[in-house]
Amino acid sequence: MSEQEHQNIQLADEAINKQTTTLNLGPTHPATHGIFENILEIDGERVYSAKQTCGYIHRAFEKIAERRPYYQVTPLTDRLNYCSAPINNMGWHMTIEKLLGIKTPKRVDYMRVLVMELARIADHLICNSVVGVDTGALTAFTYVFQWRELIYEIYEEICGSRLTTNMGRVGGFERNFTDVAWQKIDKFIEGFPAVMKEFEDLLTRNRIFMDRCIGAGPISAERALNYGFTGPNLRAAGVDYDVRVAHPYSSYEDFDFKIPTGTTGDVYDRYLVRNIEIWESLSIVKQAVEKIQQLEKDDPTQKDVFYAEEADKYHLPPKEDVYTKMEALIYHFKMVMGEIDVLPGEVYHSVEGANGELGFYLISDGGRCAYRLHFRRPCFIYYQAFPEIIQGGLLSDAIIALSSLNVIAGELDA
Amino acid sequence: MALTNEIVKKRLTDKFGESLTEWEEQYGLLTCTMPADINMQVLQFLHDDDELAFRFMTDLTGVHYPDRKGEELCVVYHMYNMVAGFRIRLKAYVPVEQPDIQSSVELFSAANWMERETYDFFGVNFVGHPDLRRILNVDEMEHFPMRKEFPMEDPTRTDKDDEMFGRGDAF
Repeated sequence: MSEQEHQNIQLADEAINKQTTTLNLGPTHPATHGIFENILEIDGERVYSAKQTCGYIHRAFEKIAERRPYYQVTPLTDRLNYCSAPINNMGWHMTIEKLLGIKTPKRVDYMRVLVMELARIADHLICNSVVGVDTGALTAFTYVFQWRELIYEIYEEICGSRLTTNMGRVGGFERNFTDVAWQKIDKFIEGFPAVMKEFEDLLTRNRIFMDRCIGAGPISAERALNYGFTGPNLRAAGVDYDVRVAHPYSSYEDFDFKIPTGTTGDVYDRYLVRNIEIWESLSIVKQAVEKIQQLEKDDPTQKDVFYAEEADKYHLPPKEDVYTKMEALIYHFKMVMGEIDVLPGEVYHSVEGANGELGFYLISDGGRCAYRLHFRRPCFIYYQAFPEIIQGGLLSDAIIALSSLNVIAGELDA
Repeated sequence: MALTNEIVKKRLTDKFGESLTEWEEQYGLLTCTMPADINMQVLQFLHDDDELAFRFMTDLTGVHYPDRKGEELCVVYHMYNMVAGFRIRLKAYVPVEQPDIQSSVELFSAANWMERETYDFFGVNFVGHPDLRRILNVDEMEHFPMRKEFPMEDPTRTDKDDEMFGRGDAF
């Protein structure tokens, strides 16, 4: 090769003659918030077509789950949608409870609802504030993160960890909520509304934000349903499907809340739906606290109820008992070694995750591990629609469409 | 009108007769097995019928049963009627030697990646799929890793006795 030739990049003819530009958005791109690869064909600034790739952080959870005793699957579920790990944990516990036919006490249900709604608030906060970041408004993001931090502190008080929580056990929680946890929950309920109000004031009627978001990345209700959309993205398109209402679990039927819907399914509608859901979740959290207090007032012994008695065989005994009581030690050992068998059966259970219907399809053949466990991951299903959503729009719309869809890499790739 | 398991079962047996088998209602979820060659007729019927109207595909996945000779691979559909809030589960078995089944992408765009995933992990060949490639695993992979014969651990390892962990000798 001569020096002259060497200085020229060799391109195929079709690459030179074509009218569009190929742009690699990702896999590691600061604006895609995760490992998403999108190969866009752009004409000037218009997106002509897009092709997405996934699987960059595939960790074979479904295969691993076939070799793990049931309680060891909980940490795997943490890593699906890691922005709202407690919802995944609770969903998994409820799946096993459904398989075993365990009925949890009301107080446990309300505690779960409380934690799940806090997780939903944390997840929606990230998603909406990141839409702000991608439109150029960093203030809101850093501001609300203080309050997401408080939610993480509450998790920490409840289960000891923050992001990947591994919270709860089959039949309830591993321990009761501490006084500090209750204090922090009260602090959140008191302080958060003013912050949320300010967050909305910063963005919702902000002219620049509205101009960027309205009409960007829309999807019709019909297409959204055909694409298997669930959660806030489906509701933004105008379909009021919410698992919490359609198939109530964990005593959601006792709570009073609204399901917000949008009309156009664009970025702005998704943003609004999430905001209203945050308010609704906050109201559910308040109701849950009141209901728990009412239970304790009616019957003071309820204060110590944090797991179902009938789940004793599946619930690790308290640590102090393990060290002092023979029976507790035996149970602890059996459970940790995975010697507790589960009945054969086939069960599908779904919960309303922060970004859609999170389903667990579990087949048990009576062994110590699942014969087959499949996660219905909402992101994985609705991310297919991404090329259709961004086609014909501006490149910058593609970025905010991706962040407003709330695609979480961990859940996408499982 | 609210749908019940009885109504759906009756409508399906009226239409497809004896070809639908293994009716079950585990945990209240109506389940049946359909022959793999009429899977699309069944799904189309469930989709088009105004009373049944199963127009939302909740989930599509695969299961491997090495002991069911001649029908080792199972494709599981979870269909949902969003108006009635009603779910059913449909299964179709295909042999592992020739795992062909009609693709449902034309009816449900959602099925596209779920079928690719099922192909990727189980090797089910969805006939008529527009782009049947691996999705989560590397393109060069030769195995279908969710099949039971595909070991989780390195089988040449001697320092770890599987008898004590996981499922032991089960697969």
